[in-house]
Amino acid sequence: MLSGAELNEIEKELRAYSDRKMGCIGALKIVQRHRGWITDEALRDLAGYLEMTPDELDSVATFYPLVFRRQVGRHVILVCDSVSCYNVGYEELLWHLMKRLAIGLGQTTADGRFTLLPAACLGVCESAPAIMIDADVHGGLEPPEKVDQILNSYE
Amino acid sequence: MIKYLLGNIDNPNAAEIEEYEKAGGYRALTKALSMEPEDVIGEVRKSGLRGRGGAGFPTGMKWMFAANDPKFPKYVICNADEGEPGTFKDRHILEKNPHVLIEGMAIAVHALKAERGYIYLRGEYPEAEKSLQKAINDAYRKGYLGFPLHIHRGAGAYICGEETALIESLEGKRGQPRLKPPFPVNAGFFGGPTVINNVETLANLPFIMASGADSYLKIGSPECPGNKLFPVSGHVERPGVFELPMGTTLREIIYEHAGGIKNGRALKAVIPGGISAPVLPPDKIDCPMDFVSVQKYGSMLGSGAVMVFAEGTCLVKVAWRALKFFEHESCGKCTPCREGTGWLRSILERIENGQGREGDIELMEDVAGNIAGNTFCPLGDGAASVALNFIRHFRSEFEDHIGTDCRKMAVL
Repeated sequence: MLSGAELNEIEKELRAYSDRKMGCIGALKIVQRHRGWITDEALRDLAGYLEMTPDELDSVATFYPLVFRRQVGRHVILVCDSVSCYNVGYEELLWHLMKRLAIGLGQTTADGRFTLLPAACLGVCESAPAIMIDADVHGGLEPPEKVDQILNSYE
Repeated sequence: MIKYLLGNIDNPNAAEIEEYEKAGGYRALTKALSMEPEDVIGEVRKSGLRGRGGAGFPTGMKWMFAANDPKFPKYVICNADEGEPGTFKDRHILEKNPHVLIEGMAIAVHALKAERGYIYLRGEYPEAEKSLQKAINDAYRKGYLGFPLHIHRGAGAYICGEETALIESLEGKRGQPRLKPPFPVNAGFFGGPTVINNVETLANLPFIMASGADSYLKIGSPECPGNKLFPVSGHVERPGVFELPMGTTLREIIYEHAGGIKNGRALKAVIPGGISAPVLPPDKIDCPMDFVSVQKYGSMLGSGAVMVFAEGTCLVKVAWRALKFFEHESCGKCTPCREGTGWLRSILERIENGQGREGDIELMEDVAGNIAGNTFCPLGDGAASVALNFIRHFRSEFEDHIGTDCRKMAVL
């Protein structure tokens, strides 16, 4: 069941569109904001609400990297792996994050705090190497130890 | 030099509507609204403005095609799905000078007698979304917008920057490109005539309308007038975005504006227009940066994103990372791109890991040759040409790398 708060936000989102389906990416992101990720149950409920079939909505959900169809941690770290970041310290930064969190790309820490994912380009190449945690961009992470204090502010 | 795209960004309040108005903002819209839509299109055609998203297609001509289509309603969509690796120019407009884009959209909507506008914004730009949404609200409050303008947020797929994939995504589907023709100007969003323009393209319109096409034609190079934003990243002293006239040389951008190569190292290679643009060796940096000249030098202006590589960079690894990107972002719709990008990545990966085989370079040329020209959209062509041009300009480095782990090689 979608919650009242979710339904309110989704309705607001749909107001801008002539067709309910147009709001599906936005609606997926709303549900994800409330629950962390899109469960099979949430997908079915949302599909019904948007007058789509679950398969149709899942074809959209699985296409977009920022829609999570598997459980993620409380905070998602996107590590920019574009050539611009690679050029100035991406490998050291990724290695440091993996060591510090004891996980690889695509994995979640045992305490469920962080998930580490690659991102194609965060569009902040002037402050490479960069990561994005939830909706916050952090750049200039060279040397990689700079990330330690940043991580502390995400419980 | 006149700066009209990001000229005001030293002002910390530049994104506020009052500051924008104080600097002359929204007067171009008032002027455009007093003109017949056909005359606005005429002025844009006369200005010679070319699309800043990468292809450099004449904006006025695109508009004319859509205007001449008898079908209504028509739509204007701003492509703010800036995802080309190395590119961060539109983000600066969206975050720091959003009203120049909104004013440009309003001019376009008037010229095309469009019913509504959408801004397709990439999901990785939450800061830009805040700044843009506030600017849209303020523009409504002040009565500048007489049509619905909505931000549609993407969710991390590079391919949605391709205009037909963008339309699919906007309609609530997987972002996979459509077969063209028909082009969006005739059959775009829900089948209606649709003009899709890049953020920077639309941001050129207020200057063109306020100062006139004749003034605009005096800036930049004759075939590509106006200013261009050049985002520079990589091994330079001062990475950042620079607003310069079209036709500024790559040398001037790297050595004057971006402060030269980091730590005084030598330049090894440069990508002049985002990751999809073929790499250039250092002897080509006198290339004027406009759509026509860069092509003559064997690459493309693309987004104008300059990616700089200093001596000591392993270009096999750079090529591998580039192909990894194309493989990941290939939408999977057509076979040459879906399979070919994976094969190119895999061959480059084994060369990079010191497991390259005799004949791998020729194999890559063969695979790339089977992608180029055979794909639905330019993503596949881009991937093929990136691979081919790394080999073309740096063949001996690839040959030396076969069977060798570069970490043990003398170049490093």
